[in-house]
Amino acid sequence: MDNQETDVDIAEGVERRLTKRDLVNLFVRSIFLQGSWNFERMQGLGWNFGFLPAIRRFYTRKEDQIEALQRHNEFFNTTPFMAAPIVGIAAAMEEQRANGRDIDGKAITSVKIGLMGPLAGVGDPIWWGTLRPIFGALGASLALTGNILGPILFFVLWNIFQLGFRWYALKIGYERGTNIISTLAGNALTKLTEGAAVLGLFVMGALVSKWAHVNIPLVISRTKMPTGQVSTVTVQHVLDQLMPGLVPLLLTFLCIWLLNKKVNPLVLILGLFIVSILGYWVGILGM
Amino acid sequence: MTSIQLVVLVLFGAVVGMSSVLDSFEIYQPLVACTVTGAILGHMGTGILLGGTLQLIVLGWMNIGAAQSPDSALASMISTLLVIQGHFSIGEGIALAIPLAVAGQMLTILTRTITVFFQHWADREAERGSFRGIDWAHLLALLVQGLRVAIPTLIVALLAGTTEVTNLLNAIPHVITMGLEIAGGFIVVVGYAMVIRMMRANYLMPFFFLGFVLAAFSNFNLVAFGVIGLALALIYLQLNPKYHPTMALAGSGSISASEDFDRLDEEND
Repeated sequence: MDNQETDVDIAEGVERRLTKRDLVNLFVRSIFLQGSWNFERMQGLGWNFGFLPAIRRFYTRKEDQIEALQRHNEFFNTTPFMAAPIVGIAAAMEEQRANGRDIDGKAITSVKIGLMGPLAGVGDPIWWGTLRPIFGALGASLALTGNILGPILFFVLWNIFQLGFRWYALKIGYERGTNIISTLAGNALTKLTEGAAVLGLFVMGALVSKWAHVNIPLVISRTKMPTGQVSTVTVQHVLDQLMPGLVPLLLTFLCIWLLNKKVNPLVLILGLFIVSILGYWVGILGM
Repeated sequence: MTSIQLVVLVLFGAVVGMSSVLDSFEIYQPLVACTVTGAILGHMGTGILLGGTLQLIVLGWMNIGAAQSPDSALASMISTLLVIQGHFSIGEGIALAIPLAVAGQMLTILTRTITVFFQHWADREAERGSFRGIDWAHLLALLVQGLRVAIPTLIVALLAGTTEVTNLLNAIPHVITMGLEIAGGFIVVVGYAMVIRMMRANYLMPFFFLGFVLAAFSNFNLVAFGVIGLALALIYLQLNPKYHPTMALAGSGSISASEDFDRLDEEND
């Protein structure tokens, strides 16, 4: 019954396609993906909200619309930006289904669920682990001198990347549809993840040295110079001669070790506060 | 603070709250949120300095899966407000920001539990086939997230600068504010640790140490590190035999041999 009716539609030449305007709508709505994030279905409702323009375009009969709306109100969660290509692919599948191809609603859900995990696996390290810290540190380094360019640079760079990625990934996802999955399954994703990890770790190493500051003003020796001045040598002087940034480096590894032991990051932060207060009180730590 | 400033500030609080859940434009990051808050209050310079300092602390804070990080949104807004209205130093502002981020995290968890209600509302709208209903359910949930920051901003804006609050904050012992300022200098290591751990790539740690030593003994700025890092990444990918199974076995070159090599390579990982 269902198939016959859609076949008639196709025979009459009303093959349903997304218009450019629909794509723009999908793009704009994809930015709001996490608006209703909740602990039950996470981005579930957000996905549905973002996918509405596609459902509206593809399905005209009420019962088809209801079925699609319910299908897309289920659990979903990935790195926000990585949802864009999945929206494109899912739209391509819904389009085929609406045009009478033999695509099961369950298959669409499976593709969604199947892609969100691997793409989050790539997306989290790239967006949150590499790009945002790098742009953030770049902006902060300017802002610390009171330069307004710091915040502006961060905001502009980040948004060029995220908006540009969202638009092109959505478009390519829609145009190539499920064909793109075989591309993703190849080396491309691993390469991207590994490349981002190299860049991210390299910059992170530089940041540990440059932007984590510890001072141990404990005096080791006081020498009276012939000129009458007193030269003091503190623990920090010795450490700096050995390797600048050594203490932050060790602290970083201590934190990694504790995080691996399932210690909550908040406990770490509070713990470091207590250490600092006690350290200052005793005189081991200074500004 | 004039009433216009108050209105603009609360509205911006709502924008920051929404931005922090959407995690897209990153308006809620301290660099942007502190700067704009400072500008609204007429002290943009203070906002920029506080934003830069706080940004370095929150660098590695991220929401992954269901895990919520401390909340930069509330911390940025309220600490800037307190520093400017209460005439505190940047260091004291940082000291205030961290407990605020913790409080914000609790509020975030609460709000994201409340929004389950909207998900169920959307179920009913889907059943009726109402597109508009789903729009409403989603957008109202977003509004709740806006209120999450707007309401505390309003309360603090009304209280900040009053002698009671200033006295209260001044009553904090010097040793504690100094300790918190010192911690502000290196608390960022927690964020670095979170990022490094998330990369799950122990075999790539040599790049981390390379970056560390190069920064310790040079005056390169971050742009230089970005470019070098990118070059290293490309070189790594080009030379890695994992991506050239046939080249790596030039000579023997049989398919089965290259498969063996892949397997060996995975074991090494």
